[in-house]
Amino acid sequence: MIYVTRRAEFSASHYYHNPDFSPEENRRVFGKCHNPLGHGHNYTVEATVGGVIDATTGMVLDLKELKTLLEQEVIQLMDHKFLNKEVPAFAHKNPTTENIAVEIWDLLAPKLTHGKLHRIRVYETPDLFVDYYGD
Amino acid sequence: MVYLTRRYRFCAGHRLHNDMLSVEENRRVYGKCNNPNGHGHNYLLEVTVGGAIDPATGMVLDLVALDGILAEHVLEKLDHKNLNLDVESFRTRVPTTENLCLEIYNLLRDPLEKAGSGRCVRLERVRLEETSLNSFEWVDEHAGREKGMR
Repeated sequence: MIYVTRRAEFSASHYYHNPDFSPEENRRVFGKCHNPLGHGHNYTVEATVGGVIDATTGMVLDLKELKTLLEQEVIQLMDHKFLNKEVPAFAHKNPTTENIAVEIWDLLAPKLTHGKLHRIRVYETPDLFVDYYGD
Repeated sequence: MVYLTRRYRFCAGHRLHNDMLSVEENRRVYGKCNNPNGHGHNYLLEVTVGGAIDPATGMVLDLVALDGILAEHVLEKLDHKNLNLDVESFRTRVPTTENLCLEIYNLLRDPLEKAGSGRCVRLERVRLEETSLNSFEWVDEHAGREKGMR
C-alpha cells in the first residue's frame, strides 16, 4: 500500500454551545469558545488516500481528482463561512475540530473512485490537530 | 475513535553520560553530548489522545483539561530544568530523548486516562523533537492509530 496526501486550507468561524446545558454549564465547558458571535481559524485539511500503484500510470489516483473533490466537497462548503450557521451538519452539532474531521471523512469517502480514504487530519492551529480513520 | 494531537514546548538541559562506561567509551558513544558541563535544547512535544467524541460537547477531551495536565505533570517538571539533576528518574538513567519520550508517556498516562470523566480516553502517542532534525516517538502498542501507516 502507498499513501498519498493532499492538503487544502479554509478559513471559517465557529462557536461552541449545547442547548441542553445551562448558560453556566456552557460557559464552564466551552470557555472562550462559547462566545455566540463566533471566532475564527485558518484550518488545514490533509486527506490521505491509500491504494496500490497503477502499473500504467504509476499513480494511486489522479491527484487532480483529490484536489477537485476537496475543493468541491469541503472548501466550497466551509471556506469563509460561519460553520454553525452555514454548514447544515453543524446546525445541531458543535463544529469542533473532531466533528469537522468526521464530517469531511463522510463527505469525501463515498466520492473517491480510486484508492481508499485512509485518514483525515484537520489542523485548527499549527499546534492542534485531529485525526480520523473512519471508525 | 478520533485522535487529538496538541503540541507543547519546553526547554531543558542535559548531558548524555553513563557511569557504567569508561570516560573513553562515554566520549565515543555520546560524542559532543557527553560534554561534562551539559547543553540544552528547545524540545517540541506532541501528545496524541484517542477516544470517542462526547455527543454533548463534540470533543474527545476538553483542551483546557489537557493543557492543565500537561502543565502539572510534564512542563512544570521539565521546563527550564537540568534533566540529569532535577528529574528523579534521570539520576540513574541517561536522559536521551528516547528515555525522555517514555518518561513523558509514563507521567501522562494515568492522569490523562482519569481525565475522561468516565469516558474512555487513551494516551496513544508521545512524539518529541529534540531539534528540527531529530524526533522520537513512543506509540502505545495497543493503540488503534496509524493503522499500517508506519
